[in-house]
Amino acid sequence: MGRTFRRLVLLGPGLGWWLVFLVVPLLVVFAYSFFQRGTYGGVVFDFTLDNYVRALDPLYLNVLWFSLRVAVITTVVALLIGYPAAYFIATRPRRWRTPLLILIILPFWTSFLIRTYAWIVLLNREGLINRSLQGLGIIDQPLPLLYNEFAIVIGLVYGYLPLMILPLYAAIERLNPELREAATNLGARPIKVFFTVTVPLTLPGILAGCIFVFVPSLGNFIVPDLLGGGRSIMVGNLIQGQFLKARDWPFGATLALVLIALMLVLLVVQARIINRDRPADADAN
Amino acid sequence: MRISFLDPGRWLGAHLGLVLLFLYLPIAVLIVLSFNDSGLPTTWTGFSTRWYEAVLTDDKILGSAVNTIIIGAISTIIATAIGTLLALGLERLTNNALLDGLVFVPGIIPDIVLAIALLSFYNLVFTGMLGLKLGLWSVIVAHVVFNITFVTAIVRTRLRHFDISIEEASLDLGANEITTFRRITLPIILPGVIAAALVAFTLSVDEFVVAFFTAGTTITFPIQVYSMIRFGGTPEINAIATVVVFVSFVLILASQRLNREQV
Repeated sequence: MGRTFRRLVLLGPGLGWWLVFLVVPLLVVFAYSFFQRGTYGGVVFDFTLDNYVRALDPLYLNVLWFSLRVAVITTVVALLIGYPAAYFIATRPRRWRTPLLILIILPFWTSFLIRTYAWIVLLNREGLINRSLQGLGIIDQPLPLLYNEFAIVIGLVYGYLPLMILPLYAAIERLNPELREAATNLGARPIKVFFTVTVPLTLPGILAGCIFVFVPSLGNFIVPDLLGGGRSIMVGNLIQGQFLKARDWPFGATLALVLIALMLVLLVVQARIINRDRPADADAN
Repeated sequence: MRISFLDPGRWLGAHLGLVLLFLYLPIAVLIVLSFNDSGLPTTWTGFSTRWYEAVLTDDKILGSAVNTIIIGAISTIIATAIGTLLALGLERLTNNALLDGLVFVPGIIPDIVLAIALLSFYNLVFTGMLGLKLGLWSVIVAHVVFNITFVTAIVRTRLRHFDISIEEASLDLGANEITTFRRITLPIILPGVIAAALVAFTLSVDEFVVAFFTAGTTITFPIQVYSMIRFGGTPEINAIATVVVFVSFVLILASQRLNREQV
């Protein structure tokens, strides 16, 4: 059998499926963003740039700004929690590493919806945390823990922390311990070794982890919907509202494209930083 | 005492303990509450399995579970077949870094984007031109899109440890390519393929956002759970959560086990 035929049999079904059910649908979204909404929903095929002008309205820019802020805070918090955890696992004896990693990743594989719901039970006015604090006499009135930015950040950190720890672990584990020892032997204090040797050499892992957390946080729909009180507060809710409630598909398509554009910018920035640091990275391996 | 207090390893170990507590405590709370007779998160009135009985006698919940199992089973079979072929193709026939990277895109694209893209496409082509209604099939097609990525990635790790000379020996001895695939290649990579299928099934049955947009009037299990949470949480959700967590953990641990034997 010829090489072309083999390529067709092996690569054809997968690439074909993605062409029809991913690439073409994304092109439809792109096209919709230049059309108008029909009177009763639906799409009227008249070219317009109105949707893009409308996306610049302060009302929507605020939503976008809030989404970016929440995603950045979530990513930073996940990095600060995740790095020491990944570092500890990566420096354990080999036989401990896999079981610890499985423990970290296991919750990630169960229903995101249910894991988010758990935080309603915990953060509620009548929830476990408020009741416990009241029972201990620490507070009189229940704290407003749910339906705000705080709850959204907790829900997102909880949901995506394993995605931060995995690439960090991979980067730290690959690190040659002799580099740290050399720095220590030359008189550098542990803090200095960490910030001048360990962090720069694990930068690709840091960036990968940040992308893995930032991307799904930015476009998230479940967490702001359930823990943020269900208003159109993040861009994911806004897109959902345009498609399923307001029935303005062209504007929803435009917002989705803005989301994709933001993520592409981010990926380009990441690729640039990694390429700039390539020589250092090569030394680490 | 002072030295151990300053030992960074201790602090990091304690930190990891807190991280694990953070990850597992919310799940543990739901499991405990699912057996609470009162159904309230704040008052324990005794052990009871009544919320499990309530779930098992609720036709809406059971009906949505059947839909989800059908979607999970069919999308897993399709994604596993396509993803395994793709993994073989990428591993044996190409050496293209761009293609290797692009394969991950369908797996990491935000679910809301995939959801609205498919809804727009279905509405234009299938509903608009062919007059088909959205339902099980449209969710199956959607789940295959992202599951091909996960199957391909898992099967590829298995193929990297594959001794290709065994295949060459089979071909030298006169077996054709299809026989060689069936009798040599597939049996060797089968644990990886099954591991991939288990992951794909887990992802499909837990998937909410894409199904929410592409299921039409069909109710899948996660959609049913979402509406139960959204319109006033009921104690049955805790029982459902316990079952879902248990099933997911068993499937993923089984998948991990199968894949560990690879080296």
